[in-house]
Amino acid sequence: MSMLHVVNKSPYERDALATCVGYYRDGDTLLLIEDGVYAAVAAGKAAANLKGLKVAALSSDLKARGVGEDKLIEGLQLVDYAGFVDLVATADRVQSWL
Amino acid sequence: MSAIKKFMYVNRRAPYGTIYAWESLEVVLIGAAFDQDVSLAFIGDGVYQLTANQDTTGAGFKNFSPTYAALGDYEVTKVYVEKESLEERGLSLDDLQHLTWEDEDEDYAEKDSIRLVSRAELAEVLADQDVLFNF
Repeated sequence: MSMLHVVNKSPYERDALATCVGYYRDGDTLLLIEDGVYAAVAAGKAAANLKGLKVAALSSDLKARGVGEDKLIEGLQLVDYAGFVDLVATADRVQSWL
Repeated sequence: MSAIKKFMYVNRRAPYGTIYAWESLEVVLIGAAFDQDVSLAFIGDGVYQLTANQDTTGAGFKNFSPTYAALGDYEVTKVYVEKESLEERGLSLDDLQHLTWEDEDEDYAEKDSIRLVSRAELAEVLADQDVLFNF
């Protein structure tokens, strides 16, 4: 059974990402959208939360915020809106950490 | 004519997740018409407002980041960016827009608007203001 965790808040302003990571189990996927995508910047402090997790990010939200692909953590899956839908459809359930 | 006051706008939010950043920029531009001594500070997630290469075409909302380049024309020439906030987020000055203003007292020489300051230095700047606006 797999869960898709969706985080849309900046890891530097809210504890949504930190809380989410505590609930992440093997086989789950963590999707970063909106201000959540800032967590995927490799040189940022928050990236440490994502080590060893299966992480995806919405590419249009990264582009909107000026985050270049060369700045991202390794192994990050970039998805478009269709890819977002696929992740939701593939997961057994979705948890949005608002 | 009343005395000129020091107005400081403190920006602490990322640009698109909430309306604060856009509202702040609008207030700054409106306020610039009133001939005050205006400064801007970018602290915490506020530093994200100034990142270069923002492209919202795929996201479906308005990219207002080019507007920051107009601040110099409104004589808003003091833009303080907190160093610690940049570093924590894996950013450097190179990741930000290059904001400039033209100094009419020096034959319109182009000067940098962004002042990279430490938290302690910025605290001193805040302490020197007459009015603080928070966004």
